[in-house]
Amino acid sequence: MQQMRHADTHTHKAYLTGFILALILTAIPFGLVWTGALSASATLIIIVIAAVIQVLVHMYYFLHLNFVSTPKENLLALAFAALLIFIMVGGSIWIMFDLHNRMMG
Amino acid sequence: MSVAETGAQAHHKEFQDREFGFWLYLMTDAIIFSLLFATYVVMSPNIASGPDTKSFFDLTHTAGETLLLLFSSVTFGFATLAAMAGHNSRTVLWLLVTIVLGLGFVAMELTEFIGMIDAGAGPDVSGSLSAFFTLVGTHGLHVSLGMVGICVMIGQILTKGLTTPVMSRLMRLGLFWHFLDIVWIGIFSVVYLPGIL
Repeated sequence: MQQMRHADTHTHKAYLTGFILALILTAIPFGLVWTGALSASATLIIIVIAAVIQVLVHMYYFLHLNFVSTPKENLLALAFAALLIFIMVGGSIWIMFDLHNRMMG
Repeated sequence: MSVAETGAQAHHKEFQDREFGFWLYLMTDAIIFSLLFATYVVMSPNIASGPDTKSFFDLTHTAGETLLLLFSSVTFGFATLAAMAGHNSRTVLWLLVTIVLGLGFVAMELTEFIGMIDAGAGPDVSGSLSAFFTLVGTHGLHVSLGMVGICVMIGQILTKGLTTPVMSRLMRLGLFWHFLDIVWIGIFSVVYLPGIL
């Protein structure tokens, strides 16, 4: 079991690296909202970018996902879920806001 | 020798299959959360002349919850590492630390919920609040169930030791716990930060 699950990210160093990166990627959006240094739209864009990068950091350092040791079918399931989420979430938001505009406008 | 080897391989295959099954569950859970996010985004302007969800948000409170969950992710990681190194008591110790941090998170979330309900902003007031309580509450429920899982895990490690099946369960519970931290990134980025902004 131990040898088989051996991957680069099963080390204290990897967990701490992930932790520090996550901390930085959390501090940036919280700091911007706290200080109000940038305009609302610029802050929103940075919140989204920081969130996406932080999700990737968590996946690599904590969930140990990578293109070497993670089984192909797991990555395929992840990609399929991402596609479904894109269609369902994107579609729902598109339809509902379009409907809102047509009824209010 | 060869019999033991094929036995080990069969074990490996079995646990890889189980991990894949659990991974499929996590993906469906991700879809559930994504749709709750979409519902929140659509519903959040519909406050029905009631209180605005956003007026109850507090940046330091959310930052505290975020830190508790992030720390608990790392401590669970340390528990996994201790288990891989074969240290029973150290694994249990890190799992206990994880539970304490998780309890802190759930306590902070409940404090926020109770404060909102007391101020007349419960889930029955408007579509906006229903969507908020459903999304954040579902995550809180997952964290609570995760802590039940950790308790069971501690019991298994203490009674059975770090056997191959116990290790395999610990790995899957770890996936669940880290997954919840990822969902929380979405919650503070979609609900709290834009709300306070």
